[in-house]
Amino acid sequence: MDRMHFGEHSSTQFNEALESIRNNLMEMGGLVEKQVVDALQALLHADSDLAQKVLDTEDKVDKLEMLIDEECTRVLALRQPAASDLRLIIAVTKAVSDLERIGDESAKIARMGQQLAEEGESPRGYVEVRHIGNHVRNMLRDTLDAFARFDAKKALAVAAEDNEVDLEYRSAMRSLVTFMMEDPRSITRVLNIIWSLRALERIGDHARNIGEQVIYLVEGKDVRHITVDEIEAKLKK
Amino acid sequence: METAQQLDKPSLGNNDAAKDKAINERDAMTQDTPYPDQTVGKPFVDNPKMRLRDVEVFYADNQAIHGVSLDIGKNEVVSLIGPSGCGKSTFLRCLNRMNDTIDICRVKGDLHLEGQDLYDPKLDVVELRARVGMVFQKPNPFPKSIYDNVAYGPRIHGLANKKYDLDEIVENSLRKAGLWDEVKDRLHASGTGLSGGQQQRLCIARTIAVSPEVVLMDEPCSALDPIATAKIEELISELSESYTIAIVTHSMQQAARVSHRTAYFHLGRLVEMNDTETVFTKPEHDLTEAYITGRFG
Repeated sequence: MDRMHFGEHSSTQFNEALESIRNNLMEMGGLVEKQVVDALQALLHADSDLAQKVLDTEDKVDKLEMLIDEECTRVLALRQPAASDLRLIIAVTKAVSDLERIGDESAKIARMGQQLAEEGESPRGYVEVRHIGNHVRNMLRDTLDAFARFDAKKALAVAAEDNEVDLEYRSAMRSLVTFMMEDPRSITRVLNIIWSLRALERIGDHARNIGEQVIYLVEGKDVRHITVDEIEAKLKK
Repeated sequence: METAQQLDKPSLGNNDAAKDKAINERDAMTQDTPYPDQTVGKPFVDNPKMRLRDVEVFYADNQAIHGVSLDIGKNEVVSLIGPSGCGKSTFLRCLNRMNDTIDICRVKGDLHLEGQDLYDPKLDVVELRARVGMVFQKPNPFPKSIYDNVAYGPRIHGLANKKYDLDEIVENSLRKAGLWDEVKDRLHASGTGLSGGQQQRLCIARTIAVSPEVVLMDEPCSALDPIATAKIEELISELSESYTIAIVTHSMQQAARVSHRTAYFHLGRLVEMNDTETVFTKPEHDLTEAYITGRFG
């Protein structure tokens, strides 16, 4: 972690460019985190206004994604970064697209919230949404925190949590499918909850992806597409 | 083959006040990141072409190189990088005894080219330099025709007896240096009339005309434009099929593009030597990281 001195280049312009990229990434992370929290609230309380707020934020998130990508392209073209600088730029460009996707998933949840507000609440599934939602929200917060502090350990913990979320998602699916079989009239409304759970599960995956980028940034090791145990083994090498 | 005045002056001590200041600043910046006791990374290979151990170089009382040990593998391109005054050029010059031309310079250590001790007093230095050729920073063709520039080495080393053989060596060398098509119709025009990039390729052709085993290059592209540089870099990777190459460069991108392994020198010490990809994506030592990312130097 002590190697990550991004503010000590001989070129102050380079320092400023990297600083700006990191600031914009954190701003985008903050916006997306808020989107997830608001989308969950909108869904749980069938709050159409709050859902609309989530949808309105999308535009801002998209613009930040493009801005950060442009800044990264400029650094690549003008500075030919190497070593930790290069890994920062690569990690940021990947993290940014994951963040944007998290924003999209939040918007899906918000739209489900609006539909439930119109069609009436689902008879089941809110407990699961609240539980998995909180879990995923913490993962996103931790992964952004890990990025800000260049903390590979914390990023690894996020990856481990994603496995739990996947288990919880599957178990929630099973119980909701059983419920729909028993009460077919509820299918439309329960499906809205199922789509939302699916979106939450995807958010967890994206948070894990960002965590993997943090590990790449800090340790210089590519830990995508392997299990948590394998990541741990790779980091010990 | 090269005469003393064609060499760039090596840095003798720190007379220059600005340079003193720069070195002090650099020292201050790197105080909390000490040198490793041993070079980190992979300085050694199996069956090296050149085996260099505990190399120390002194200019009078000034020690310029402190115990550098590394191997250069067969058909390998090794690049030496580091801030100005770190000793990379001095080290390169030891490899074909170019430092002999400097009176106050002393070299210690074991330097071997495939079992041959480079500093064996009985060794014929001219022959050594035919085996270990050198290309310099500024293109330095002889004020002779293009043909004679390339033919000079083979002539003095008696590599060709007949005109036909010599013609063949000249053509082959110019072809390998990627210059043949551009000069085949004016082989008897003066070498100094070529463009900078062409002159540098002519010097490379002149170097490889005597079939060296190792080619040393001391910032071969620093006086060239990007297109000429790209041609030389392309050439380096082609040449590495037949020759072993050690290149000193200030352009880190160039080191990244052309070399298999990269050695990072810092104030006369070899801090790290690793696969080039490792050095540029995940260097092991903090000093390497700081230099690669432009935090000093």
